[in-house]
Amino acid sequence: MSRQPVIVGVSDAPTENRGRALPGTHVLNMQRDCAIEALSEAGLTMSDVDGVAVAGMWGMPGPGAMQPNLLTEYLGIRMPKYLDGSNVGGSAFVLHAGHAYEMIKAGVCDTVLILYGSMQKSQAARSLGGRPALFSNQFDMTAGLPSPAGAYAMAANRHFYDYGSSRETLAEIAVATRSWAALNPAAAFRDPLTMDEVLNAAPIVDPLGRQDCCLVTDGGGAVVMTTEERAKDLKVKPIYVLGHGESASHSNINYMPDMSRLEVAEHSSSRAYAMAGLKPSDMDMAMIYDSFTITVLLTMEALGLCARGEGKDFVKGQRTAPGGEFPMNTNGGGLSYCHPGMYGIFLLIEATRQLRGGLGDRQAANVKTAVCHGTGGVLSSGATVVLSNEKP
Amino acid sequence: MTEYKKIVPAIDPDSAPYWDGARAGKLMIQRCNKTGQTFLYSRQLVPGVDESQVEWVEASGKGEIYSFTVARRPAGAAFADDCPYVIASITLEEGARIMTNVVTDDVDSVKIGMPVIVFFDQVSDELTIPKFKPL
Repeated sequence: MSRQPVIVGVSDAPTENRGRALPGTHVLNMQRDCAIEALSEAGLTMSDVDGVAVAGMWGMPGPGAMQPNLLTEYLGIRMPKYLDGSNVGGSAFVLHAGHAYEMIKAGVCDTVLILYGSMQKSQAARSLGGRPALFSNQFDMTAGLPSPAGAYAMAANRHFYDYGSSRETLAEIAVATRSWAALNPAAAFRDPLTMDEVLNAAPIVDPLGRQDCCLVTDGGGAVVMTTEERAKDLKVKPIYVLGHGESASHSNINYMPDMSRLEVAEHSSSRAYAMAGLKPSDMDMAMIYDSFTITVLLTMEALGLCARGEGKDFVKGQRTAPGGEFPMNTNGGGLSYCHPGMYGIFLLIEATRQLRGGLGDRQAANVKTAVCHGTGGVLSSGATVVLSNEKP
Repeated sequence: MTEYKKIVPAIDPDSAPYWDGARAGKLMIQRCNKTGQTFLYSRQLVPGVDESQVEWVEASGKGEIYSFTVARRPAGAAFADDCPYVIASITLEEGARIMTNVVTDDVDSVKIGMPVIVFFDQVSDELTIPKFKPL
């Protein structure tokens, strides 16, 4: 009996209307819809679920946000054996997939539902005002650091200084990502974007302009994981989770040891690759959390897709765009598809869809392996998984 | 003194010596009594050094910009009149890194590596914020 963990169901909530959820949607029924869709594409039902992992910006005020309890109750899941409410920022869902891997592999549970929902756009819940001036944020929030954008801007300036990357480097990423979004009917922004438009966009926090920053949308998603053995009876091609890793280094950007080097992703990905028995050069595509264009540049270097400081050459000339040499962020990313505040689950959803195949125009050619990397906070936490459509 | 409308720090027992120092016109940082390394933010433990003690020392107030950003959009309405303004991570002479404003009329002249020096901005009866200006 193979307890090899696999992904068998994925779903994302409709936000085509410039990132707004459908009328009548709220944070719980959005997650119900995603859960049912993801389970039913596999041929599973809610009664098969015996593990629940969730993170989000919603919850019950008071001791513990209690999202796993609320969803277990709302969805009528009977006595789950694994609950995960780990909330380390937008990377959380990739981290959940790693935890779910271990719980499934160890036989603690069989079928895990990873969930996310957010109504932040409809609720106009976000601003550059950011977080309270608490703990290690006492100093920069008092200075008026627009958050989180300002933190990423500092990393960008330092990367420019250390490695000679530039606003053009970041614009390559924004343009390539939009080109993928144009092929995704679910993307909030699908109009073509040019390098000039990115470079001339309204400045927000130098060197980042409007098009360097992720969208603010509603959105939700679900991922279903189970064992390879269970998947034999199901109606979808299983996607194998081959390796995972996670880490964190700081909460506030000032305490990131080296702002031009994403060490957490180096650590999490090296463990994920080792577990998978694969190297960065074995990856056919990447899904990288793109809260900002600079997040992608730092992450691709840390994942070993290119050497540190060479990201500028890796993305030059639209190498990561449709038809380019290396498919990346093929759903249109947080920059153009959706960004409901915590984007990590969409990395898993899109990588799974690409590895299954059959996406039409948007299908990346000949992809067998994918690396997904989520970032949380301000380059604070990181989680990596390595996926494949081939049995290990 | 006019009412201060910007966000104020939630001062805690770990950070009180920093803010008390600022009110007295001193830039206070922490130092490890075992290795001599200096650090912020203030806490009652030296990161990475077991069985060490933390001591408070006054910094020279000089440093250089490690990285920075120019806010073209404010961090909330209270900062709107300041735009554009600079927030920088500054490496102090002693080694610790601190994040605060670099105040200058010429935000476009700010560069990584630029030498800066502290000044103390008393924004209310209760709060004085250490900020920096080009040296």
